[in-house]
Amino acid sequence: MPLSFYILAAVTVISALAAMSLRNLVHCALCLALSFLGMAGLFLHMNAGFVAFAQILVYVGAVAILIVFAILLTRSAEPARSPRASSLAFSIPLALVVGAILINAISSTNLPFSANPANAPTVRELGHALMTTHVIPLEVIGLLLTVALLGAIVIALPEQTSSAQKGAVKS
Amino acid sequence: MNPLHAFLTVSAILFAIGFAGVVTRRNAIVVLMGIELMLNAANLNFIAFWKYGAVPNVDGYIFVLFSIAIAAAESAVGLALVILIYRHFKSANLDDANRLRG
Repeated sequence: MPLSFYILAAVTVISALAAMSLRNLVHCALCLALSFLGMAGLFLHMNAGFVAFAQILVYVGAVAILIVFAILLTRSAEPARSPRASSLAFSIPLALVVGAILINAISSTNLPFSANPANAPTVRELGHALMTTHVIPLEVIGLLLTVALLGAIVIALPEQTSSAQKGAVKS
Repeated sequence: MNPLHAFLTVSAILFAIGFAGVVTRRNAIVVLMGIELMLNAANLNFIAFWKYGAVPNVDGYIFVLFSIAIAAAESAVGLALVILIYRHFKSANLDDANRLRG
């Protein structure tokens, strides 16, 4: 593997570790954005440019900003209470066991490996595949995004506003 | 080292880190961040199998596009729920939301 892979993998893994272990939640969100950027670099490393830029647009652009706004709105920017020692003693070995099982399964499996890697599809080919073979999943995703948007607005609506609306309907 | 094995190993490490965050941290926002990390690890697997898999197919690539859209919807609804929990319990700590505990 080339050196660039190891650099990108190290950036992704270390910033993910930082995002999950830092006390200050704003630092967590920034490290998570860095980890998403490293992941986009890994996608580019595999010549998957369209997915890499979708990753940057959606994750680094939208999800990270959404998380920062949620931290702002819930006023949890001050350092959180540290987890109880009993929960740490149970959950850290659990996560280590999960990782060890996954890595052991991967390294012990003889994966069929193609000698000539796939070429990246052009945007034209992608659009053609999305609008012909995968058109029903595409429509379902559009419906899901609309419902999720409406649902998020309805869930986060302040309760005073909804009671005021009920009063308006009654009168 | 086989490139497929290398990418799958990175993805497994990221999944384990996200899992550790989900089971360790008590703030609901960090739990959502861990879920996003695990989803991203799955996306990395899809792209690795698309690139180096034995069957040449564009489906893995398209599945990641769908997966990113689902993750965006999931995080929007999840963070709206976190804000609602904060408004209701005056805290974003998951240990405080224990009304259903038996």
